Amino acid sequence: MSTWHDYLKEEGHVPDWPYPIRFDHEQEIDTDVLVIGGGIAGCWAAISAVRQGLSVALVEKGDTIRSGAGGPGCDHWCNAPANPLSNVDPDEWAQHMADRPYCNGTGIQIQCREDWDTLLEMEQMGGKIRDTDDEYVGAKGRDDKTKLMISPRYTRIHSYLPDADTGKAPDPDEKLNNVVIRVWGTTFKPALKKECKRLGVKIFDRVMVTSLLTETGVQGARIIGATGLNNRTGEFMIFKSKSAVLATAGAGSIWMISTELGGYSNMMSRTITGDGTVMAWNAGAELTKMESTGVLRIATGYKHKWYSGAGDASYENVPIVDANGKVLPYPIQGWVDAGAMVPSPEVEEAIRKGILSGEYALPFYGDFPAMPEVERNATWKLMLGEESTTKIIMDTFNAAGYDQSRDLLQSYKFIEGNSLSQWREAGYGGGLLVDWNLKTSLDGLYAAGTQMFSPEDHSYAAATGRYAGRKAAAYAREIGEPKISREQVEREKARVYAPVKRSSGLEWKELHAGIARVMQYYVSEFKTESLLNMGLNALRKIEEESVPLLFALDPHKLMRSLEDVSLLTYAQIIIHASLARKASSVPLNFQRIDYPTLDPPEWRKFLTIKLENGKVKTGELPPTFWGNMKNQYEAHNKDYTGVYREK
Amino acid sequence: MSQEKVIAIPNITTPNNPVIFNPDICNGCNHCVEVCQIDVYIPHPEKGKPPIILHPEECWYCGCCANDCPHPGAITFNWPLQQRGYWKNKATGEIHQI
Repeated sequence: MSTWHDYLKEEGHVPDWPYPIRFDHEQEIDTDVLVIGGGIAGCWAAISAVRQGLSVALVEKGDTIRSGAGGPGCDHWCNAPANPLSNVDPDEWAQHMADRPYCNGTGIQIQCREDWDTLLEMEQMGGKIRDTDDEYVGAKGRDDKTKLMISPRYTRIHSYLPDADTGKAPDPDEKLNNVVIRVWGTTFKPALKKECKRLGVKIFDRVMVTSLLTETGVQGARIIGATGLNNRTGEFMIFKSKSAVLATAGAGSIWMISTELGGYSNMMSRTITGDGTVMAWNAGAELTKMESTGVLRIATGYKHKWYSGAGDASYENVPIVDANGKVLPYPIQGWVDAGAMVPSPEVEEAIRKGILSGEYALPFYGDFPAMPEVERNATWKLMLGEESTTKIIMDTFNAAGYDQSRDLLQSYKFIEGNSLSQWREAGYGGGLLVDWNLKTSLDGLYAAGTQMFSPEDHSYAAATGRYAGRKAAAYAREIGEPKISREQVEREKARVYAPVKRSSGLEWKELHAGIARVMQYYVSEFKTESLLNMGLNALRKIEEESVPLLFALDPHKLMRSLEDVSLLTYAQIIIHASLARKASSVPLNFQRIDYPTLDPPEWRKFLTIKLENGKVKTGELPPTFWGNMKNQYEAHNKDYTGVYREK
Repeated sequence: MSQEKVIAIPNITTPNNPVIFNPDICNGCNHCVEVCQIDVYIPHPEKGKPPIILHPEECWYCGCCANDCPHPGAITFNWPLQQRGYWKNKATGEIHQI
């Protein structure tokens, strides 16, 4: 048996901490480019920078081999309109994708231009992107020549561009967009780590970066490195760099934590705690869209059921049936409905009424047995088996006796209902403002993936990471040696180690739950100036009275404590941004009861927010502030050489 | 009743078995300790033994540990009871749960 109490009962004592304790010890690392976060974006940034012949350090809170916001696998390659099977023009497609309000036109343009190149490089490194074992011959979307597998996602929805020659809308059944590619995503992260190591990237796993260092220690000055904490040994890390790429993720669990299933009461990993955004904020970087939040899409408060049962993003082509086998009018993100995954409100209501009237009997099921074998395998083994966190779900079902050719998989869509509206999440909206070099508002600091505002999918993280890496390298090549402010380091050391100086007080989970409760009460769907100010005051009280009580008994709990302090700041930024937007907005999922008009034209703009001399300063930008996407991209990438070829 | 010594211990975190190790197959290589992103495990002080589950409540059930285990069968995933999915045999109507 392997639980902690088993050990205690067997050995008669608790286990010693298994790693050497090095609190207060310092390690200094000098590098040209520092990459913070070792997920898909960070690994790509590191690889891209090291290829320029510079020294690169990659710092990751977990272990680079499987870390990242998206889980151990990798979803479809979502926006690769430059792939050889695509029927759309990459620039036109990018423009179309950027028509969605409050998206990131810069990132989308980069993704649409470079996503296919990025995927080819993924293949060079050992990632599997083609059906080379001929497992899915005959599956719709499989190209027998290239062995690429096109996904039904975005096949006709989003856009179906008119034919370039005739200007006529082509027959959608004849010509699909073909921009989304199915990939063997579980092969990607280990291949990226291996390539980082092969190219000489210095990887620092199990190190949480705690702050960014600025020239002369002043807020708003050039970024010249970072401080970190080894979360196994407690050692203090000081990274000195000429430029840095911030590639950590957003904040995953501000409104919700179960103190007994803390890792599970969230869509994202426990490690996704907004540290990157907050360290950039503290350094003076400008953020945008921080007022945008969504409802946490896990109605029971626990993640798993979302993925267990048909009717969500991963279950392509799986018909949904009721308990008597009647097919429901629910979209199945398949070829028949052109990748639609969310029902219209009318359809959802019709199903609900059908349940109440007895027309549809609960529970509902994903009818895998009804699918042609090759399509079933493509969905079960490739889509579900290779993406994000789903492989273990599939494997566990199969090991328990589930046979997808024989059995219906229960769907929880309608049984679980919707999340409470006060259970929200911030992970998909706000982030760092970037320019066409993916540089933030601070010199020396670049951002990629989920770190930027309005992030997209895994492939977006890859393409923007790769891009930010080469831009950060170009800057590092030109800029002089930085000089670290010892005073700034000492200040951060004192902050970082404060919780280990105490052995009682408030533990991290209680702090986290306290922050979450404030956000549920005062920063829910019901927003008014008065409620938001109450929230801000409540968080300030936590900051002043509870944070000084934080205690941590080991380096791991110290990391968790510091993460919660990040969340506390992140929560305050959300409130500041929410106070600044005096209008309601559908795309921002933002309701101000005191300003109920939805999306008035004068408020169709990005709000920016930053710290200047310790004071919150807000600003604004027009809705497409990035300008002409094609022209801007080309002006900034005259030297882009396409797919990397080793010399 | 067993003669086992009873110790005073606080309520243990539950559920606390995100995985079950098979000590006959696990050789204590600690690969799972390294791939786990959140340090659910620590290495067992005695070499060759399965790791100790130290932070079960932080597990997000991503599956890295079981997926990447070099010794198949050494780690079995163990969903909390409330989270175990159901299925139905299409022909017989029989209901099963993980």
